[in-house]
Amino acid sequence: MAMRVLVGCKRVIDYAVKIRVKPDKTGVVTEGVKHSLNPFDEIAVEEAVRLKEKKLASEVIAVSCGPPPCQETLRTALAMGVDRGIHVEIGGKDYETLQPIHVSKILAKLAQEEKVDLIILGKQAIDDDANQTAQMTAAVLDWPQGVFASKIEKMDGTLKIQREVDGGVEYVEAKLPAVISSDLRLNEPRYATLPNIMKAKKKQIAKKSISDLGVDITPRVEVLTVEDPPVREAGAKVESVEELLTKLKDLGRI
Amino acid sequence: MARSESIRRSLRFFTANSGKVRYWCLKKAVDPSKVFTISTSDKCTINSIRCFSRSVSISSSNSSITATADHANFDFFRQEHTELRNTLKKIIVKDINPFVDEWEAEGQFPAHSVFKKLGEAGLLGITRPQEYGGLGLDYTYTLAFLEELGTIKCGGIPMAISVHTDMATPALANFGSEELKKEFLVPSIAGDRVACLGVSEVEGGSDVASIKTKAVRDGDDLIINGGKMWITNGCQADWMCLLANTREGPSHKNKSLICIPMKTPGVHISKKINKIGMHSSDTAQIFFEDVRVPVRNIIGEEGMGFMYQMLQFQEERLAGSIIVLPCLEQAITDTLEYCKQRKAFGYPIIYNQVIHFRLAELQTEVEALRSLVYRAIGKLLSGENVTLLASMAKLKAGRLAREVTDTCMQYWGGLGYTSDVLISRMFRDMRLLSIGGGTDEIMLSIICKHMGTLPPQILTKQAQNVK
Repeated sequence: MAMRVLVGCKRVIDYAVKIRVKPDKTGVVTEGVKHSLNPFDEIAVEEAVRLKEKKLASEVIAVSCGPPPCQETLRTALAMGVDRGIHVEIGGKDYETLQPIHVSKILAKLAQEEKVDLIILGKQAIDDDANQTAQMTAAVLDWPQGVFASKIEKMDGTLKIQREVDGGVEYVEAKLPAVISSDLRLNEPRYATLPNIMKAKKKQIAKKSISDLGVDITPRVEVLTVEDPPVREAGAKVESVEELLTKLKDLGRI
Repeated sequence: MARSESIRRSLRFFTANSGKVRYWCLKKAVDPSKVFTISTSDKCTINSIRCFSRSVSISSSNSSITATADHANFDFFRQEHTELRNTLKKIIVKDINPFVDEWEAEGQFPAHSVFKKLGEAGLLGITRPQEYGGLGLDYTYTLAFLEELGTIKCGGIPMAISVHTDMATPALANFGSEELKKEFLVPSIAGDRVACLGVSEVEGGSDVASIKTKAVRDGDDLIINGGKMWITNGCQADWMCLLANTREGPSHKNKSLICIPMKTPGVHISKKINKIGMHSSDTAQIFFEDVRVPVRNIIGEEGMGFMYQMLQFQEERLAGSIIVLPCLEQAITDTLEYCKQRKAFGYPIIYNQVIHFRLAELQTEVEALRSLVYRAIGKLLSGENVTLLASMAKLKAGRLAREVTDTCMQYWGGLGYTSDVLISRMFRDMRLLSIGGGTDEIMLSIICKHMGTLPPQILTKQAQNVK
């Protein structure tokens, strides 16, 4: 039976943009900054679209949570081949304090509403690098999870997932419905062709509000201050292994 | 339909770049030869486009319908344009820029594989009709495409691509027969066949009317003899859009554009020309020795080649002016960054007022050029004739490209004179803009014709050419 697939599409600051911390240290500058679809989510979208092309998926739905420009992010996914989008509109203060815990509840709710069989998310977003949403979503739904997937194979009613773990490759099998998060090597996302970009204009994006979904997004954490990472100090070259060892010993590292 | 209305419409179709509609009009409503004979008093045919526009403006003043300038505020771009640019950017970053140095050194880039990638992404037929594999979009998408092409780290490849999309194919798309479009346009849009444009010759590039290549009719065939010079993509192209004399008579009315498969016996690519810049783009000299092609390979009407080419030139000139914008911005940004890092006499050289002021000046000039280009595009989109503005844009683009790259290179000092930095390549590559696609001087004379300041003897001579 072909699966219904839900993919997450986070709108993040484009990877090529140099991040600047706001002068008041409450966050980073996002205004007037180029945003795009989180690269790991792009991989998730690609995987979902490939499942559809292999007729293993019947419908692919993309979700993005955030302010109105998230619709642009969804259009990117639609141009890659996703069937329709859902925009969960969250703006202002609510968006600033939105955490993986909230997003996972939203995704879980939508997964139930849409009766999906598989959720594919990026393993992390390149802005906060939290790496939590997929795991939490699986927990909320009490579905099996296969995170950091570098290969997915559909068996009968189950998925065989290849995961990259420290020191090697691990294979897990998950019963459907399940949650997967994409690793960098899962696939190489396509670029949207111009005809598909134009077709994406006509695809549906449903708008939903938090109250429609009945999800509690009250903040659980408070941001005290956002600071630039410390400037990396210059390294030093050593002539030999002995010298390296001596230095490390002097530094108390070994 | 009133004649004035038909002319007005045809002008819109000629210039609006909405290939499909234009095609329809030219096939069904307007006989192009009539369109061009509306103003017989002024026989100079570079001017016929101008006359054409003059008649049209008179006629449209009588009409209640006026072209609407939807793009008057130059807010051309929507999200789809951004997506288009993102797609092209990915191709450039992944499949083009990493190899540019290699291709520059080899003196040629692999046109077929690069074009195939662009074709697969649907980027080679943006404004062309959908029935030929294009997308039937308006020129704003071409603008987005060309601006993004300008981020390629050399001038040669954007030039090669734009020759294919905006210089060699517009006439075919707008005036070619169904059969001819199937044979040449469809595979060009798909990226399977590479196109080149054969206009310039050894003895005449700027003076297009005086070309010597001849195509003589022999039954259902044409037999072509002659040669073409400075042919971009010439070594790799699969077909050429060739301008040749197909009969005796006035030099503006005796030419035709002909599609020539480059594999046809008698087509000799005599040499790859060495140039000071644009190294990754192949430039060829080509000879034709009793080259036989069917008469049906003539684009549109026989004898209309010069007119078609003059129209085709507008897209070429606009394209050149667009591509240069991001290149110049890049040159300024790179120079600025370099000058911030480079220290002399104890402080970064950007602190010198002469440098930061000068770069600010150049940035302003580039913005001014952009405004001119966008204005021309705004007019084009609303169906107006853009000969004057396109010529001005091309002139200014060529001049400014020289000024910007020269000034920037100066601030790079010795490093700027080496092959290790992009600015030296830009200096070499951008220099062509004042020469190719109509020299600065030709642009100036077109502008002078509009201003009515060309000396009478030149006009007389040109008028004689027509007779």
